[in-house]
Amino acid sequence: MTISQTCFRDALFDRAKPVPMGLQDGQGLPAGRRFNVYRNNVAVSLTEALELGFPAVKSLIGKENFRKVSGLFLRQTPPSAPMMMLYGKEFPDFLESFAPLSDIRYLGDVARLEQAQREAYHAADAQALAPGALARLQPDTLAQSRFRLAPAIRLIRSVWPVHDIWRFATMDGAPKPTAQAQDVLVTRPEYDPELLVLPQGGAAFVAAILAGATLTEACEAGEINAEAFDLAAMLGLLLQSGAIIAVEPEV
Amino acid sequence: MLDTSGHPMHLPTAPGVGYKSQHFQAIMDDPAPVAWLEIHAENYMGDGGRPLAQLRHLAERFPISVHGVGLSIGGEGRLDPEHLARLKALCGWLQPASFSEHLAWSTHDSHFMNDLLPLPYTATTLARVTDHIDELQEALGHRMLLENPSSYLAFAESTFSETDFLTEIARRTGCGLLLDVNNVFVSATNLALDPRAYIDAFPLAQVGEIHLGGHDEDEDDHGAPLLIDSHGRDVADPVWALLDHTLQRSGPRPLLIEWDANVPDWPMLAQEARRAARALEKVAV
Repeated sequence: MTISQTCFRDALFDRAKPVPMGLQDGQGLPAGRRFNVYRNNVAVSLTEALELGFPAVKSLIGKENFRKVSGLFLRQTPPSAPMMMLYGKEFPDFLESFAPLSDIRYLGDVARLEQAQREAYHAADAQALAPGALARLQPDTLAQSRFRLAPAIRLIRSVWPVHDIWRFATMDGAPKPTAQAQDVLVTRPEYDPELLVLPQGGAAFVAAILAGATLTEACEAGEINAEAFDLAAMLGLLLQSGAIIAVEPEV
Repeated sequence: MLDTSGHPMHLPTAPGVGYKSQHFQAIMDDPAPVAWLEIHAENYMGDGGRPLAQLRHLAERFPISVHGVGLSIGGEGRLDPEHLARLKALCGWLQPASFSEHLAWSTHDSHFMNDLLPLPYTATTLARVTDHIDELQEALGHRMLLENPSSYLAFAESTFSETDFLTEIARRTGCGLLLDVNNVFVSATNLALDPRAYIDAFPLAQVGEIHLGGHDEDEDDHGAPLLIDSHGRDVADPVWALLDHTLQRSGPRPLLIEWDANVPDWPMLAQEARRAARALEKVAV
């Protein structure tokens, strides 16, 4: 009798299923718990990949809970490709919709911030724009220019103090977060992702830039969201963190 | 079959280690006695960042072996064309000294299980694995090495021994073999076989690389020993003895230390590599 890989896979992911018939030890006896070696390898290796990627989530809900939640997630959403470094893209949404954790309402956003940092770490390299490059443009030209941001740039907007919660969960001695909304820009000046908490209007500005708006349009988006939107300070943040890689004057 | 005559790829007949990023600086400062490095292909399939930057630095100084862990050569379905393209791209820019993969499957219905799962050894699976290796070698444009698995169980339906199965794959595809001596010891213990008889039946002339790694000990339902290929500790003494037995028959080969879990600091890994170097000296021609 042939054991199909569908049958093997289903028994791997569901411990309630019997070990497929026709698997045996060296004497021809049923394989029994030998099959559990594969079950364990799959569950443990995928859980470890998630632990590596989501240390703040693990710290917030505790190791045991993390293991249980991962076990459910990895059965529902096994990796679709063999690169473990980015496995868990759907984990933030899963956490958010998982009823037993619904009291921890910021968990999904913390997971999104962690996934954004993983993506930034592995994003393509790019040469940042020289700090003086903007100053050389005529003000009118600059106003009608579009900016290309580095492939590592990620924007996380949250109604929770997502940056402070993340820091509190991952760093010893970090202060306890206080209630406030936080928008976070993930940048990668060289090889290590860095987090910038954006001032009011900053996220709307960056989102507009990412969507291909001109500087003027992006600035308007920032001002709608904040009366005192400070364009110069915002551009300074982006330039210092190497977020801008090209300026494309409108032709 | 792929014509591989005169291909330039080869690893030094010397110790290598599985590369871990925490050892980057130690390796750049003083790699002795390690002469080459092996990477897991899938860890270098990002678009950029530190992993690729480190790999470019290492590749300037060391021959690199690319070891795939996710192609699912033993899978029932066809090879994932996207993954094949990623492997081709990596080998294209890196120009590794060797490419190897496993006699195992890990993907089914586009679900990747992140483990090397076993397959029965039958005429059907032989044809399937052969086709997959032909396709891979065609895509890469050079010969690959296929590694023997660690087994925790056997299939009642198998009609070939593992050594006969590998011999036939190598004959049909022209691929080389990666002999993992720890896997031989683990499988032989788990399936009540004689590890030396396995080595004696192995087509050693096709072996382009030998792996060594640590295993853990457990037991099955009947109290029989069940060894787990954990790569989480030093190489066991009986595995070193099995290596000596192998090298006496095969002659010197590139030897790799795999240590993937509980990764030690560099001096301890270098110590394992020195032990591998001494094993090679014993059979130096």
